[in-house]
Amino acid sequence: MTSARSEAHEPTRAQRWRVPLVAAVLAVLPWIAPSQALAVNILIYGLYATGFNLLFGYMGLLSFGHAAFLGAGAYGAGIALARFGVGWFGAIAIGVAASGLLAVLIGALSIRSRGIYFSMVTLALAQLVYYVAFQAESWTGGENGLRGLTVSSLRIGPLSLNFLDPTIKYYVIFGFVTAALWAISRLLNSPFGATIEAIRENEGRAQACGYDVRRMKLMAFTLSGLVCGLAGALDALHLSIVPIDTLYYQTSGLAVMMALLGGAGTFLGPFVGAAIFLLIEDSFSLWTSHWQLFVGAIFILAVLFLPRGAWGTLVAWRADRRA
Amino acid sequence: MEIDLIAVQLFTGVALGAVFVLLSTGLSIIFGMLGVVNFAHGAFYMTGAYAGVFFLALTGNFWLALAAVPLLIGALGLGVERLLIRPLYGRGPDYPLLLTFGLGYVLVEIVRILFGTDGVPFETPALLSGGIDLGGLGYFPAYRLFVIAVTAVILLLLWLLLARTRYGLIIRAGARDPEILSILGIDIARVWLLVFGLGTGLAALAGLLAAPMRSVNPEMGVAVLVEAFVVTVIGGMGSLLGGAIAGMLVGIVVSLTALWMPEMSTISMFALMTLVLLIRPQGLFGRGLAR
Repeated sequence: MTSARSEAHEPTRAQRWRVPLVAAVLAVLPWIAPSQALAVNILIYGLYATGFNLLFGYMGLLSFGHAAFLGAGAYGAGIALARFGVGWFGAIAIGVAASGLLAVLIGALSIRSRGIYFSMVTLALAQLVYYVAFQAESWTGGENGLRGLTVSSLRIGPLSLNFLDPTIKYYVIFGFVTAALWAISRLLNSPFGATIEAIRENEGRAQACGYDVRRMKLMAFTLSGLVCGLAGALDALHLSIVPIDTLYYQTSGLAVMMALLGGAGTFLGPFVGAAIFLLIEDSFSLWTSHWQLFVGAIFILAVLFLPRGAWGTLVAWRADRRA
Repeated sequence: MEIDLIAVQLFTGVALGAVFVLLSTGLSIIFGMLGVVNFAHGAFYMTGAYAGVFFLALTGNFWLALAAVPLLIGALGLGVERLLIRPLYGRGPDYPLLLTFGLGYVLVEIVRILFGTDGVPFETPALLSGGIDLGGLGYFPAYRLFVIAVTAVILLLLWLLLARTRYGLIIRAGARDPEILSILGIDIARVWLLVFGLGTGLAALAGLLAAPMRSVNPEMGVAVLVEAFVVTVIGGMGSLLGGAIAGMLVGIVVSLTALWMPEMSTISMFALMTLVLLIRPQGLFGRGLAR
């Protein structure tokens, strides 16, 4: 699961080129993907799974409640747009801030529990957020979801972009996702990244070395929430509605499945996993409404036979050949 | 009047709690023995309710269903452990968890294919459809009392099995140190197999018992899985007594908030869990922080 890293401060060639590589692939994705809608979803859910993987792959904490952060970002941005008439950029900022705040709260509670407990507590707290959003109908639209947040044009200084144009919409979202990936990559190459990996490998030893494990966990949790919140805010802008299902248990599971299918603990794995998952969904749902059966079965097979995920296996295979 | 209402609601809470207790007990013994968090537990619960629907349609006999469903779904659990979970032992607790999560997806879809995506009705058995007068306090549905009684009997049997028999001794020893147990010549793989079957059988029984009280649909397992987790976190993992008390507590809290603050009834159990986490992160009856 781990890619050994000798020096935290000197990124390897692969680490330096991973963001340009993924940016290049994503830049041409609208022409490769079967549909434009699928390409946008890969951008947004790839970012979501990457945010989740910060915590699961790099810190070793398996959260089953990340729907809360995707949802907080989406509802935060959505409510700012629809209820307060905030501009699009401000709405994204509010969405990210809302999910960061929620991540601090949920994180502070859930990191008190360890291992298996952590998964159960994050799941339960995320369900709490779901039920609260379900009840607070005047704010969130309850069961029907939040509507009326259509953004038709983006004003950037003197420029005005037509956000209804799918290509422009794709590249605006692409800009945000690439910037976020670059920031995450920098962060993982920093001493902070090395520290959270050290905690994953041996929490007791990291503590003995003088690291404040609890604070590091809370920081990683919050960062992960911020990234997922950005994905949620972009999703709200993209869909023009926020469905209540954004906050549901299945959405949390989505991040877990995508990260594992692609390869948890690798930088690009979650993106690859999101693409695989969405492609399976896209192609199977054409001929059967029971596509979840196949997704579930493929996931089971991946856990049994490809635990490193598609990308993770590739990375490990290359490393083996070099050694 | 007010007292009567509270008494009836308290009993409703205990009946609801009984279902939680059966569920979290199954979850807890599987985790205690195998170290596996069974994310398909809610799906087994749901499958139990649907197996009950199937048996009722086939035979029209609730009692037959009550006997057959736990055995049938328990056998399904045996197959799952043998084929899917056993290869994952020794790979850390996350992988069985992820596998059972995927299994939950598959079971829900299979039930959707077989029984449709809409809910199905589940009649209370005729013998238990009436009410019983609780000494002037109020009129209480007989079926709920029956659920409480069945749960009490099951818990007693389970306790006798674990505390008073040779098998129980082996199970308890296996939870402590599986390696020593296999050195002593006991086939630990078979013990794990049977414990997993027992746990899933309990989940199926809970689903069947809950079917006349709560609606039967393919998604019924999701909410219940979360509820079982909440109970387990409150009670403390690996403690039978803790699970039983926490289950009752959660059932009663949910029922009483439904009476006084209906809009809070879905949220109250999480508030309780948060409180417990702040004061005792290991749960009310947990022994230290679990790894």
